[in-house]
This record gives sequence, C-alpha cells and structure tokens, in this order.
Amino acid sequence: MELIDQHTKSIMEGCKERARDAGLRFSDETLEYIVTNRDMLELHPKVMIPTLYDYWVHDVEVLKEKGKYELYPYNPYETVINTRPPISFYNDNNPDWLNVMIFYHVLAHIDFFQNNLFFRHTWEYDLTGKALADKRLIARLRSEHGRWVDYVIEFARSIDNLVGYFDDLSGHFREERPRFSRRLDYYFDVFLQSVKRVKTAAYVKEIERYNQCLRDNPGLGEETFFADVVVKHPEFEAVYLKSLTGKKAKRLDLLQFIMEHSEFLNRDENRWMKGVLEVVRSTSVYFQPQIRTKIMNEGWASYWHETLFLTDERIAGHEVDFARVHSGVTSLPRVGLNPYAIGMRLFRQIEEMADKGRISLDFQRLADIDSRKNFDRSTGTGRDFIFAVRENLCDFTFLSTFVDQDFVDRHGLFVAGKRLDRERMRWQFYVKSRKAEAYREMLLDALYHPPKIEIDANKGGGEYLYLNHVFEGKPLVLDFIANSLMGIEYLWGGPVKLETSVAGLPPPEEAVKTTREEEKKIHWRRFVYTMENRTLSKTVL
Amino acid sequence: MKTELQDIFNRLKASGLSSEREERLAREFEGEREHRLPGPQLKAPPLPGLYDAGDLTEIQAMAEPQGSYTTRLRSLDELLERDRLREEDGFPRKIRIGKLIKPGKGGKEKFVVVPTTVEEKLIHDRVPTPPEEEEPMGGAGEGEEGEVIGEQPVRPEKEGGAGTAGHGEGEGHELESTAYDLGRILTERFNLPNLKEKGKKSSLSHYTYDLTDRNRGFGQILEKKQTLRRIIETNINLGTIDDVSDIDTTRLLIDPRDRVYRILSRELEYESQALVFFVRDYSGSMEGKATEVVCSQHVLIYSWLLYQFARQVESRFILHDNDAREVPDFYTYYNLRVAGGTRVAAALRLVNEIVEKESLARDYNIYVFHGTDGDDWDTNGEETIPELRRMLTYANRVGITIAEHTYGSSGNTEVERYLKKSGLLEERPELLRLDVMGEDADEARVIEGIRRLIS
Repeated sequence: MELIDQHTKSIMEGCKERARDAGLRFSDETLEYIVTNRDMLELHPKVMIPTLYDYWVHDVEVLKEKGKYELYPYNPYETVINTRPPISFYNDNNPDWLNVMIFYHVLAHIDFFQNNLFFRHTWEYDLTGKALADKRLIARLRSEHGRWVDYVIEFARSIDNLVGYFDDLSGHFREERPRFSRRLDYYFDVFLQSVKRVKTAAYVKEIERYNQCLRDNPGLGEETFFADVVVKHPEFEAVYLKSLTGKKAKRLDLLQFIMEHSEFLNRDENRWMKGVLEVVRSTSVYFQPQIRTKIMNEGWASYWHETLFLTDERIAGHEVDFARVHSGVTSLPRVGLNPYAIGMRLFRQIEEMADKGRISLDFQRLADIDSRKNFDRSTGTGRDFIFAVRENLCDFTFLSTFVDQDFVDRHGLFVAGKRLDRERMRWQFYVKSRKAEAYREMLLDALYHPPKIEIDANKGGGEYLYLNHVFEGKPLVLDFIANSLMGIEYLWGGPVKLETSVAGLPPPEEAVKTTREEEKKIHWRRFVYTMENRTLSKTVL
Repeated sequence: MKTELQDIFNRLKASGLSSEREERLAREFEGEREHRLPGPQLKAPPLPGLYDAGDLTEIQAMAEPQGSYTTRLRSLDELLERDRLREEDGFPRKIRIGKLIKPGKGGKEKFVVVPTTVEEKLIHDRVPTPPEEEEPMGGAGEGEEGEVIGEQPVRPEKEGGAGTAGHGEGEGHELESTAYDLGRILTERFNLPNLKEKGKKSSLSHYTYDLTDRNRGFGQILEKKQTLRRIIETNINLGTIDDVSDIDTTRLLIDPRDRVYRILSRELEYESQALVFFVRDYSGSMEGKATEVVCSQHVLIYSWLLYQFARQVESRFILHDNDAREVPDFYTYYNLRVAGGTRVAAALRLVNEIVEKESLARDYNIYVFHGTDGDDWDTNGEETIPELRRMLTYANRVGITIAEHTYGSSGNTEVERYLKKSGLLEERPELLRLDVMGEDADEARVIEGIRRLIS
C-alpha cells in the first residue's frame, strides 16, 4: 500500500478547493492510497481498516449466502473510510480524468461522514488509531490466554449487531440543562401517556391549556397550570415524587448488560474478557451508521461528482468518457436496485422541489393537478435544503419522506415481481405495481434492519437470562440460534432463553379443514429456545 | 390409488384412532399431490440488491479479490487443527463442509469440497414466500402492471445437444470423486468411526504393488540380515571360516548372488465390498425439511461408505409411501416429490426381496439406511417388525433415522414407539440403530446422527 504520487495529489487538492466553493465541508487533510489485489485480500475482511484486530475468521472463506448484509453490515468495497484523516483507496492505473471524478465522489462521502448527524459519535476520535490500540490489546491478551481470546471474540461478535446504536447516539444530543422542568416533562411524557393513558385530543387540550397559562401569566404560568392539575388528579404529586426516587436504569444493550451483570465476566480471572467485549462493541457501534445511510451516501456522492465534474475546466475533452462511466454507475437496472441511481435521482428531485417551493404546506394542500404542475415559487432554496437533508436524515427517513408518486412516475419505477412459469421452467419477471406506496414499502423492506432483542428481567426468574425477540414480521435465521445462544450462555455464565416467532406448517389441530387459500397463510407461533449446558431445546409457548 | 388409500384409512379408523392422529393421516392423502420429479433447482441467480454495490467495484472497476488456491490450502490445516481444539474445549466444531447436496441430472454444477465457516448471529431471515414466487424487488422502465417484462431460465442452458452416454458417465464419476473426498473429510476430521472389517471377502481383480517378495541378486532394498547369513553360509562351505565364534570379516568372499533384496511385486488384493440400501419415506407428511434432513444425511453416509470401502460400494435406492419402489439413481431418489400415505413395511419387504432374489447376502456387506418422519399407518408395527427381523439376519447394519416434525411432540412417533416396544434395539444393538432428530437439525447434528447410526 503506497500513497498516490504528487501529481495525483495536486489534482486532489484542486478538487478540494472546488468542492469547498460549492459548499461541501470536510477536514483539510486526507490520505489516498494505491491498493493492489493483494492489499484488498487483506483489507476487505477487515472492513478496509488496516489496523483492525486480527481474527482467524478473517482468513477463511466465509459463507455469506444467508443474510449477507445482515451479517456484515459494513461495506467491504467502499473507496473511502470514515477516519481522521479520512483514508481512500485507488486503483493504480486510473487516468487523471477518472481520478477527478472519483475524488469528487470521495470528497462528497467525506462531507457526508463529517456532517450527517447519524455519524455524530464518530466525530471525536480517529478509528485507525483506536483500532490499533485495540489490536495491540487483543494481541497481548492472546499471548496470555491463547485461543480463549478467539472464543470470546467469536461470542461477542455473534451479538455485535444488537448494539444499542441509537441509545448511544442519542446521548450526544442531550442538552446540558433540560428546557422544561422535570415535573412538566413527567406530566406530559409519562403521567398523561402511561399512567392516565389519555386520548390524543385530551392531550392536545392539556398542552393548549399549559400554553394559555403561560400567556396569561408569564411569571407563574407553570404554578398556575399545576394548581389545576392537582385539583384534577390529586394523586399526581405522590406519583411524581415516587418516580423521582426510583432511579431510572440506563438502557443497556445485550453486550453492555452482560458486561455489567454477568457474574462470570466479573470474576477476577475473567475480567480481561470485558476488554475484548468492549473492543468488539465499540467497533460495531462505529460502523452502524454506514449501512443505514447507504442510499443517501452514494446518492449524495453521485450528485456531487456529476455536478462538480461537469464544471471542472481541467478535464475538458473527457466529457464522453465521463458520461460512459457515470451512466454505468448511476443507471437504473431493469430489475434490481442501485443505491447510486435512486439516491442521486432523489436528491435531484428534492432540490428541484425545494427550488420551486413545493416542499410546503401550500403545495401539499393543492388538489388541482394543473396548479400542482405549474406550482413554482422560485425560492431558490434547493441547495440549502438538500444540505439540510444530508445532515439530518438516514435512509429510512429519506425514503419514507421523499419517495412519492411523482418520483416513481418520473423515473418509470415499479415493483418487480418474480414467479415461476412451471410449464416452461422459467422465472418470469413482471410489473407488480407502479404505486408509490408499494415501491416505498419494497425499498424499506430491503433496508438493513437488525432484530430487536430485549432483556426481560422479570421473566428469567433470576435463573435465566431471558431474551425477548420483538417480532416485526420477520423470523430469525433459525440455523444460527444455537451457536449464538451458546456464545451468550458462555459470556453470561448461565442458561439463556430466547423467545421468538417461528413460521411453520399449521399444527394438526389448527389445520382440520384447510382450503387452498388458507394454506398460503403463514402461521407464526411463539417459541422459547433454551440454551443450557451448551444444548438447545425448544418449547412452544 | 386414492381409493385404495381411502380403504386402508377407513379400516384404520374403524379399528380406533385418536382424533389428532386421524387428522394427520387424513392430511397425508388430501390434495392433488403425486410423486414426480420437480423442476430441479428453483432458486434463481441473484439480482443486484441495495447493498451489493461498492465504490471500488462500481466506479474503479476493481474485481473482488481472489485468494490463491495455495494460501487457502495452508490455512486449511491450521483451520482444522483449530477446529479439533474447539471440540476439546467443549464447543461445537465450526468448520463446515461445502454443500454438495444437489446433484443436477446431467447439469453443469461442479461440486468442490471447500471447508468454510459462517459467523452466526441473531439476524432476520426473509419472510417465507409462496413456493413459486420470490420476494419483490425494484424495477424501472416500460410495462403495464401485470405485464411480463423478462424471463430467466431456471437452469442455465445446456451446451450442445443431448448428452452422450460417455458424457453422462463422466458426470456421475465427478460426483463420486467429490463424494469420496467428502467421505475422507468426514472420517478424518469429524472422527467418524472406521468400519470394522467383517468376515466376508470377495476376491476382486485388483492388484497392488508392494515390496514384500525377496529376490537374490537384484532388487530395490538390501535385506542386510539375510544377506549376511548367506555370506556366512557360503564362506563356511568354502572353508574360509575356521572358528565360528571368531570371524575375520576381511577374509570373507562375497558371491553376487549372496545379496538378498526386497523386490517390488504384484499382489492380489482382497477387499470388502458393500451394498447400501437407501430407503426413504416419500409420503405426504415428509414435505419440506424432513425430506431435506434425510436426504442430506444419506448423501453423507454414501460418501463415508464410499471412502471406507475404497469406492467398492454399490448402492440401491428405495422409495416408499404406501408401496415401495426402486429408483435408478440418487438424483431421482433425492428429488422425487412427496405424496401419499405411509407404510414402512412395504419398503423393508422390498429390500428383503431384492436381497433374496439376487442372493446378495453371500457377497456383500449389506447396509440399510432408512429415513422417515416416524409416521406409519401400521401403528403397532405388526407388519414392519417381522420384516425388520428378517432383515437383521443378513444385514451388517440397519440405521433408522427419524426426522421429527417440529409441531409434534418429541419421541412419540409410531416408528419410534413400535421399535422400542419390540425390544430389537436392545436385542441387536450391533445391528440395529435408531436416531431421532428434529426436522430442523443442522449439519452438525446430521453428522452426529451418522456417528450414532454407524459406530
């Protein structure tokens, strides 16, 4: 792995100036390396982080057929990684004009990493440095504890997709001093919603009453408000005070919970394992935003390499070469999904809509098709708006907010179905739906989404670690349950139960008279898997 | 067929059935199912998904890096050593053997046995789709709703015309050679037991070359002791040795023919020969996973025996529902679809008949492996047990695998019950083995099952 030559570096610096002028914001320093096939072999299992800790599975052919991206949610062939300074990788024989295009693409990625709020937790430190420290820690532990280090890595990795990324992230946005009094927060957030369970209308009415109190009496508004509350709910004060005494436990993800509460790990001779768990956990948390912003990130980068390349005077004469590569990267496949294509087109559409003032209540209220077509306020705020989008959204919010019928129609998008033509032994692709809702649902369904697995302290009976898989319409990969639970059992130091839903044939008693239609229905049933002494058993709930 | 089944069903019903069992039986012959070969693999090649693209591959056109074969081989040994240690440490092995289960009929797939591993996590699976439909995905371009916009053959088109006989043979051989490798891996790495040699031997025109014969004058390896003895003999005859207790070696004369060598020579080899009957229940209740478990176990057993008997294995394939039939090859055996009722006795009887008619017991070590979900319309095994007894008189091993349905209660299938009741399992433990596993058993469990059946 070597750095790019001075000539190419100067091209990069030129790109940085132009990108900055266009409004992108990123750190001054960047590192660009030439990589060979051999380098890639070593780098890609390590998520392109050269200093990541060693682990034997990285050297093996890994089967990924099942849930490839659920298992490895880090993009192994990304050109740029989110480090300080950012590192990017290049083929050694790219022509200059292609490098210009890639540099713009890379700079937009860096801008995204450093400004999108879902990456907030990665802004404070440099991953390569931390990874190197982790790597040394693990190497040292390995010299002391041998292959047991690898077992602990393995077991920790088996649950590293369940890290509480959003909990960690939200910690970065908590204000120093709460904006409202604790009593007020409790009243509106807990008391009305969870204790009293009032209807939405009544809730809104209470908010209005509170605002009215403030307007009537700016100084003592809150006191007046609560005076009435106590009349209406005499028990409020008592409940509130009680809530203060019960210290609210911090929400812990599975790895944190095990680190904190496992007797086994907290024994003196096993304490070193917690270090390994922490390394695995923090590495996983660091990469969480990547896959949750794939479409936006690639769309943003494609938007900018197109915009900036075409205005760059240094590459005059290579427009056709550019067009060929660019259209290849951002073309919409007849069947299949291309994050570059969808993301870029969506950013362009959002910019255009904002420019015309269409992202507004006025436009939403318009029902007349002609008025909608000709609606144009010429606000010129499109650029600013897409910068705000790249700062505040992730793929899920991006797609669910902006994929609408206009977008689907404009680019001729549709949901493609695939069915078997048994007579001719061929798969048939057909247009299943051109509705925006269906298209959006299909996209959202394809997004990365790890299962939600909660620790249920009440159900374990003090004896078991009881995990509850909150069912969201998708089952777990059943083949993986045994080994995952075995790892958890080891780290926890005691038996583990996992409650989850499994699809199956209808059991005999439910299937007395099945018609053909009903046969197609999936029967979900709750099962509890128990891992005890490294053997798995299963009972129906 | 239908009415015949209905008759049996009615008779059973008259003799008294629990309502739950009655429904299960009724379900077996409901619907329009029949045994037929499926359109081989219904899995289509993947299309580009959201997360398949990366900058290096898309924009810079870098190919996915490929490790060379040698680096992989080197890591293989370390890997297997690591795997052995895992077992010592009390964790299940993690190295898996490559999938080779789906032998295509004259298809082009290659079966390469590459040990791999997988990192298990608790992740979402796909929602099961109807059997002949796949998950929807994105598309772009022309086309009305409902319009077919493209097709893809289920299997890649074959080259040229119909395969010749030679062509077909080659493929069969390919399966066999990988199966042989797999058998070796199973034996060596998964510690499957080696087979005990049993009495019967049959001479084959099979030779090996070995340095067992002695020859005077020339050869490959000098036999020093023999040579010395001859030299002394010669010299005593010549009278050059006066006192046997005090020999002056410098005065010895050496005749070239005194030298005794070992020489490479042809040996006739005697080997055991095995005949394996694979028997599979393909009744209606075997739908889905149960069949998969049984078939993959039978592939593994086949591979293991192939290795154990140095390829001297013949196999016969029997399928049964209410009646039994023999099918010509593993492909048909593996792929015929399920339908119909269940009568285990029919299959065992057919095996017994084949063995008798062709008097196979004299020349072969006979193994019978039977896979079922444990359902049998012959509730108490009145027909089955006598056939099984007959079989045990000649078989070297009868292994019965029950892949239990997940919805039933464990250990309560008819086959298991009547086998246990018959006492045969305790009576002839060296001949009859039973293994019961869930239909969702994983590969490790299936291999463990083989160990139970054949150890």
